[in-house]
Amino acid sequence: MLNKIFSVAMSAGYLFKANALLLLFTLSLFAASAFAAGSIPAESAMPWWGWPLALFVTCFFLGIVAVPSGVGGGVLFVPIVGGFFPFHLDFVRGAGLLVALASALAAGPSLLRGGLANLRLALPLALIASASSIVGAMVGLAVPVSIVQIALGVTILGIVVLMALAKKSEFPDVPAPDKLSAALSMHGVFHDAARGQHINWQVHRTVMGLMLFVGIGFLAGLFGMGAGWANVPVLNLLMGAPLKVSAGTSSFILTLVDSSAAWIYLNKGAVLAMIAVPSVIGMMLGAMIGARLLHTLKASAVRKLVISLLLFAGLRALLKGLGIWL
Amino acid sequence: MAMSENNESHIPAEQQRYATLLNWGARSGLALLAVSFLVYIFGGLPAHVPLDQLPQVWNLPVEAYLEQTQTPTGWHWLDLISFGDFASLIGITVLSGCSLICLLAVIPTYARRGDWVFVAICATALLVQLLAASGTLGVGH
Repeated sequence: MLNKIFSVAMSAGYLFKANALLLLFTLSLFAASAFAAGSIPAESAMPWWGWPLALFVTCFFLGIVAVPSGVGGGVLFVPIVGGFFPFHLDFVRGAGLLVALASALAAGPSLLRGGLANLRLALPLALIASASSIVGAMVGLAVPVSIVQIALGVTILGIVVLMALAKKSEFPDVPAPDKLSAALSMHGVFHDAARGQHINWQVHRTVMGLMLFVGIGFLAGLFGMGAGWANVPVLNLLMGAPLKVSAGTSSFILTLVDSSAAWIYLNKGAVLAMIAVPSVIGMMLGAMIGARLLHTLKASAVRKLVISLLLFAGLRALLKGLGIWL
Repeated sequence: MAMSENNESHIPAEQQRYATLLNWGARSGLALLAVSFLVYIFGGLPAHVPLDQLPQVWNLPVEAYLEQTQTPTGWHWLDLISFGDFASLIGITVLSGCSLICLLAVIPTYARRGDWVFVAICATALLVQLLAASGTLGVGH
């Protein structure tokens, strides 16, 4: 009995600490935003290593919340770092693509081996999205930054609505594959550990899915964000892939889509190691902790926190682009 | 949705191969990224843009940054590889490029099976990646 009480108390304490950590992070971010809004410090008194260190810490916390909230780190990175750090949006988008790419590459091999990512489902969609991500990256680096800020703000606010309203279907009903998915053999089997069973799946509405991936790739390149927030609903709700296969395949698709766009940013000189590397390492370390806290943190609370952060960051990007809140 | 308790391996050979190569590419890239960055920030290699001057230029649009710091575009950064800020880009290049080898490696498997549609998809995806990596696509504000 005593052991049980002790164990419950320990769990409650752990949960309290983890949630307190997240609360502290949120407050820090809001405080940082107030500071950044007042003084974008091109010539701040902070030593050169201050901002990269703050970036590393921020990305570490973003990595922690990204896993339980079910969003990729890239979608959090660009609006938050772009809004509250002194770096130009060109470099933030270059780093954002690398953050999303590195996370996808780290997860990709095990997802492929476990059958949660499927090569036959992913490759046609990734091909389309890779090509359009190049166009998105070129457009993003060609249009004035204020336009990109406004579009980013609107997109982030759209993602907030999508996150708040979108439903998920663990095993969508696909009575028969469409002609294209049958021709491309876009079907497979994955082992669901929770059920202890192998599950056969197939997809439909492939043409519409391919068309939507044109837009998804474009947005990924334009804003330097991973596109898991859009990939998963299209794969799951539209095409009918099981939720776990959709999430795994989405992550794998990003390895190709984000690398195409990343090349454009790299060749254009929009990748600064001092911004990209602390972001990638911080996000990956945070994601490791986030994966461990997956069962401790209350996922719905983290999701609400992330939606609030995105709402704030989206408004900030929009107002910054409109010249209202610089 | 058919379900079974069959435990036979259900992962196609080409997918296993892709996963193995991607794993090596990702690990090598991340290791190179971390090591080269540590060398850069701890002064193991000189910096093209001095570290203490970075805060004055990282808030500029990329074209102004390139002009002010006399940084080349495209693959010309390889000429400055002896500087820490450019040596750090090696890891980023490996991360961005590791899918090329994976795509190349699965083409023969699809070809042996006579799956010419997927040979074409992989070859086209490879060309798209190579086009993006080539640095020939001109962009600018």
